[in-house]
Amino acid sequence: MTTALETPPTGTLRDALVARLTALADDELLLGHRDSEWTSHGPLLEEDIAISNLAQDEIGHAVLWYEVRARLDGSDPDDLAFHRDPEGFRSCLLVEMPRGDWAFTMLRQFLFDCYEAEALPRLARSPYPPLAEAAAKAHREELFHLRHAGLWVRRLGLGTEESRSRALAALGVLWPEVGGLLAPLPTDADLVAAGYLPDWEALPGAVVARARAALGAADLDPGRDPVVPAVNARDRVSPQRAELLATLQSVARADPEAVVW
Amino acid sequence: MAAAWEALRGVADPELPAVNVVELGVVRSVRAVEGASGGTALEVVITPTFSACPALHVIEASVADAVSALGVAVRVVTALSPPWTSDDMTDAAREKLRAFGIAPPARHGGLVEIALEAPVRCPRCDHPDTRLRNAFGSTLCREIRTCRACGETFERFKPL
Repeated sequence: MTTALETPPTGTLRDALVARLTALADDELLLGHRDSEWTSHGPLLEEDIAISNLAQDEIGHAVLWYEVRARLDGSDPDDLAFHRDPEGFRSCLLVEMPRGDWAFTMLRQFLFDCYEAEALPRLARSPYPPLAEAAAKAHREELFHLRHAGLWVRRLGLGTEESRSRALAALGVLWPEVGGLLAPLPTDADLVAAGYLPDWEALPGAVVARARAALGAADLDPGRDPVVPAVNARDRVSPQRAELLATLQSVARADPEAVVW
Repeated sequence: MAAAWEALRGVADPELPAVNVVELGVVRSVRAVEGASGGTALEVVITPTFSACPALHVIEASVADAVSALGVAVRVVTALSPPWTSDDMTDAAREKLRAFGIAPPARHGGLVEIALEAPVRCPRCDHPDTRLRNAFGSTLCREIRTCRACGETFERFKPL
């Protein structure tokens, strides 16, 4: 049991926490947006409703992280989402890529859910209460995501030749990018040393093991472990991120003074 | 204080108009605090059911309005911890949900995965033989099921 910190962190530790929260929030926001692109285009009405629910949850979790960040630096979550330039985002390529086909969307959702299933319980043990509380809240809701995406992985892997070949094609693109999702920020080491991110070094191995077990049960072999770069590339703007944000921010930017939408 | 709780029992969840926010477990506490201008204010702590639930903003405003109507200053605070669970819902709220046509969540004591697999009775004919149609529904807190006995398609409030 760790002792709760009475006061919020200051100085470089605060900046490191702001950076980590930004990465957490941006991944959720961009994945939520990509999922939402299926709303009214789902393959079945049931799946359309399900993917729209997932999108809403992920965007809600982005809000949780932006609000924790706001307590540290006074930033405005809406402003961060809708008026920040692509250079200021810290999302990873995994969540930025276009939605692709249904297999690509569900495999991506599944891999991200595996990551959250390991990251959120760790963050829920952080001694910084706002971070721990947000993580505990999100973790409870993620159960429904993992169950849903996990079923789709089995359905795709064990279904037809067509579903299986699409799942493998998607995995070929997505699996290496799990490395970028898991790569540490340059300032994460400070947070780990100060105890803010409990058991964080074990996260990549745990995520890969969890994903492999479920993929194996669906007869999907992702091949070699993804390479986790020593430093991630989240500060580099991918064309996919720029394209996504141009859409996500277009309405807000069309009338930046608007108070009611 | 009693008047404040009574007023809060008049606030319905906009997505579940059959139940009020107190019996839903969304209102955590009411206490007297020092107001912004020096006098006394009532601080109402609320918590979201699902964190992305859009009803929370409406509930926040309705809670403030309901307490203000008593002629006291009010501050509404949102707390995430401990996270809301469907076990926080009272028995009265469960009965109202059933009467409204939504199967209530089973009490699970933390064993959500077991509650998700347990039989769900049809809110129309009370038969336990119902099947899951979609783990997601019209709001984040609901799933869609069909009763094999009477054929009714209905929603269940998810155990969380």
